[in-house]
Amino acid sequence: MSHAEASDIFLKNADRAQWHDQALWFVRQKRDLQKGHIPEWEQLRNHASAIKEHTLSQLDHYLKEFEKNALQNGIKIHWATDAQEHNEIVRGILKKAKIQKLVKSKSMLTEECHLNTYLEKHGIKVIESDLGERILQLDHQEPSHIVMPAIHMKRREVGELFEKELSTEPGNDDPQYLTNAARNSLRGHFVKAEAAMTGVNFGIAETGGFVVCTNEGNADMGVHHAKIHIASMGIEKLIPKKDHLAIYIRLLARSATGQPITTYTSHFQKPEKGKEIHVVIVDNGRSEHLGKKEFWTALKCIRCGACMNTCPVYRRSGGHSYNYTIPGPIGSILTPRIDMNKHADLPFASSLCGSCSDVCPVKINIHEQLYQWRQEVTAQGKISWEKEALLKITSRVLANPRLFQRAGKMARFVLKHAPRFLVYHRLNPWGKAREMPTPPDQSFQEWYNKNRRNT
Amino acid sequence: MPQKSMKVGLFVPCYIDQFYPNVGIHTLQLLEKLGVEVEVPPNQNCCGQPLANSGMERNTIKICSHFIQLFKDYDAVVSPSGSCVLQIKEHVPKELHDENYSKLKNNIYELTEFISDVLKIDSLRGSFTHRVGLHQSCHGLRGLRNAKSSELAGEPFAKAEKLLYSIKGVKLVELDRTDECCGFGGTFSVFEEGVSVQMGKDRIKDHESHGAEIITATDMSCLMHLEGLIKRNKQPIRIMHIAEILNTAMK
Repeated sequence: MSHAEASDIFLKNADRAQWHDQALWFVRQKRDLQKGHIPEWEQLRNHASAIKEHTLSQLDHYLKEFEKNALQNGIKIHWATDAQEHNEIVRGILKKAKIQKLVKSKSMLTEECHLNTYLEKHGIKVIESDLGERILQLDHQEPSHIVMPAIHMKRREVGELFEKELSTEPGNDDPQYLTNAARNSLRGHFVKAEAAMTGVNFGIAETGGFVVCTNEGNADMGVHHAKIHIASMGIEKLIPKKDHLAIYIRLLARSATGQPITTYTSHFQKPEKGKEIHVVIVDNGRSEHLGKKEFWTALKCIRCGACMNTCPVYRRSGGHSYNYTIPGPIGSILTPRIDMNKHADLPFASSLCGSCSDVCPVKINIHEQLYQWRQEVTAQGKISWEKEALLKITSRVLANPRLFQRAGKMARFVLKHAPRFLVYHRLNPWGKAREMPTPPDQSFQEWYNKNRRNT
Repeated sequence: MPQKSMKVGLFVPCYIDQFYPNVGIHTLQLLEKLGVEVEVPPNQNCCGQPLANSGMERNTIKICSHFIQLFKDYDAVVSPSGSCVLQIKEHVPKELHDENYSKLKNNIYELTEFISDVLKIDSLRGSFTHRVGLHQSCHGLRGLRNAKSSELAGEPFAKAEKLLYSIKGVKLVELDRTDECCGFGGTFSVFEEGVSVQMGKDRIKDHESHGAEIITATDMSCLMHLEGLIKRNKQPIRIMHIAEILNTAMK
């Protein structure tokens, strides 16, 4: 299903669509408020962008530095070329330790690799411990947002789901009550967990340590109980020095949810005695992306989700309409590289308003990359022949001023005299909900020639 | 005031030419009232944006080369559309990047940008007694930076707003969302019709709920989209391009 079709379905439920738009706009407003408290906001963005660009341009160097330092700290390092390898490595670690159950905190990389499906297929039980992710796991759904994965669900629906899955009181959808219910049911899993998995927000090359940011403390709870901590990290997550971290920590939560800082910013440096830390460093197409001149800076992304909250299209189409783990503007510039056939429509799922680029804490020129991807999509022949034919005819008319004047005159004549059904029909998407402009008697050029030229 | 010798060319974008000739006329008259001698080169047409934004930039070579030929010799080119100006500044195919283009790229202005930055006028004498909602067209806002977008930090500035403010009687309404996109987006308006329409409806509601009688903008394309919705839904609000307001006010 195309993004446009999926959006139409989302918009059919007008109340929900409006609520979704307003809920995310509220987060954007909270972000604006936080931005207002930091006089050096734009300077932070400049630094954050420059450090990431520097790191990405010498990624091989920093990856080796990270590995060397992490190994020295007693962390085990694994390299995964793709999702399959990543999943096999995780399974291998669990198998070796004879562990059947994994408690996970939110990790978009493991979503990208479809780790849960893979592990469950191999008899390993996976418990998502982030509240949003847990809700989705119980409801067999995919996340629709990278920071607020269940933002598309209303609390009544969560109440009904918990009633079925966690035996909560019928009809009780009090958020506090439901959160407690989730917490109580998770507590048992935490206590008994032998292995815990997290993502990585920042890997620090200089120290070989890494940082995980959460609001619920679930990552820490899982990790501290378990004897094995597995952390999945995309190769782009590195920053060179510990000192650089403050810049990103100040930007991340403010951009993401409008909080000054995430509730938990957990630093992992070396395993406790008798425990293990494994970091799986994942490429999965990132190095190919890094090689693309117009698009490599998309890898600066720190996954704050601000571009989703601000995007007027995302807010009105919902995350699932993008049909990929990372939806919204940033998703639309990552996915065409992953699968051009499946995601060719995503660069077009934008009005190119540019709000995403201005909100981005690491200054990715998202809307310009959307524009560039559009050029790639058509160059590879991935738009429908109807659209292409239409655009080619348009090109011919617009390239020929006399033809254009004649065509314009004809269009105005038709609009003025044709019966409504000839103008408003299913081949005219403009006219489905909008009137056509009222055709004037003469064009500007006709007026000018008559009144001004050679006088 | 412009130097007497300054040669200014007016570009009236294709859809304005055909469907909103009055916007072209108001722009011309307004510039003349401000003491600018304006030329309208014949056979002008399109900037190529509908194609470029649809992924067919490579098919705009003929269109853009015609545009450059037509406007290369002017000291300044002015257009009542920020979007078309941005297209010429940013999306002309590489094959055409020569001296003429470099000059044109730096000399092309959206109307209110030209009045503010080249004519150095930030206050106009005139009167227009209406409640007006200013829609910030995205390409003028985040592309040409004719105002500070709400996402960025720093001192606010807004060229079009300042001009409107200076007109006696204009009451600019405050909006809940000061610079959200209207959803036109060129071919986006037909390829993603559902979202486009919803975005437009939400913008109109914002203006309407704050008592705007008129929605204005520096881009006619946003207004064409909003007008289409207003007319279909028979809403008691109308649209006017900023050139029309400023020129009418100065009569």
